[in-house]
Amino acid sequence: MALAQKKLMDVKLGQLPSWLGTRDFTPNGLLGSVRGGYERYYNKYINVKKGGIGGVAMFLAGYIALSYLWEYDHIKHDRWRKYH
Amino acid sequence: MLSRLVLVSGHTLKNSGSFGACLVQASRSFHQSSQSLAPVPPLPEKGGKVRHGIFPEELFTLLYPKTGVTGPYMLGTGLLLYMLSKEIYVINHETFAAASIGAVVIYGVKKFGPSVATFADKINEDKVAKAQEVKDQAMASLAQGIEDEKKEQWRVEGRHMLFDAKRNNVAMLLETNYRERLHMVTNEVKKRLDYQVELQNLHRRMEQEHMVNWVEQSVIKSITPQQVQRI
Repeated sequence: MALAQKKLMDVKLGQLPSWLGTRDFTPNGLLGSVRGGYERYYNKYINVKKGGIGGVAMFLAGYIALSYLWEYDHIKHDRWRKYH
Repeated sequence: MLSRLVLVSGHTLKNSGSFGACLVQASRSFHQSSQSLAPVPPLPEKGGKVRHGIFPEELFTLLYPKTGVTGPYMLGTGLLLYMLSKEIYVINHETFAAASIGAVVIYGVKKFGPSVATFADKINEDKVAKAQEVKDQAMASLAQGIEDEKKEQWRVEGRHMLFDAKRNNVAMLLETNYRERLHMVTNEVKKRLDYQVELQNLHRRMEQEHMVNWVEQSVIKSITPQQVQRI
């Protein structure tokens, strides 16, 4: 199987830079990869007959984590100790 | 649409406490995006497995060969302690709010989850049953139509019998008519011939009578002058 078709988990560590070279980083390519990721997540966890809370809860947890990350510079000032 | 829902509810994340229950229902009755395949493949029965609501099962299967069953939990504990001790995760007023909201959400989901799930399932099943009923009715009516059509075709096959009967009828009518006219002709001709026969009979009788009368007259006339003296 050619290097370009392998998924990220199947790529060996030494091949990582060349694998990254084969990826499509144009805006269209990025949009396509975002859409592909969305569809994979949607079809695996939400678009089923008996979905559970996992699909939505994971999405919300990711959102919480991301928003904490974006606010970290502001939250930094609430730290209890100066040196860790 | 999920992002819309999350944007709306993420704003109220710190304030509301009971969206867990309605999200469970929402995750079951989302509209399916339609690809352009026909027939559409059926939906999978269950989604990907998640443990404790937010950790996908793939993480546990990934770590199982190297660290066994407790591996991911130790990883989680270690990460948590690291983030707390280095204050990557800072404990402030938001922590308290998140904890209380999380408690309420988890209590709501655990208590009302199954009932909401059965409710949403029933809604879905009703929709499917209605569609199925429409499909069944359509199929039944079409099958009935096929049956009727076959019956009509079978009936059409008998049309030669119909035409034979009609032909027989017409032949009988013609025959009757012919025989009637034959009778009429015979009767007429017989009447004419009878008339002629009667006429000839009449002639002969009249001639006979006339001759008899004439002979009588001439005999009476001839006896009168001679035989009267003899008697």
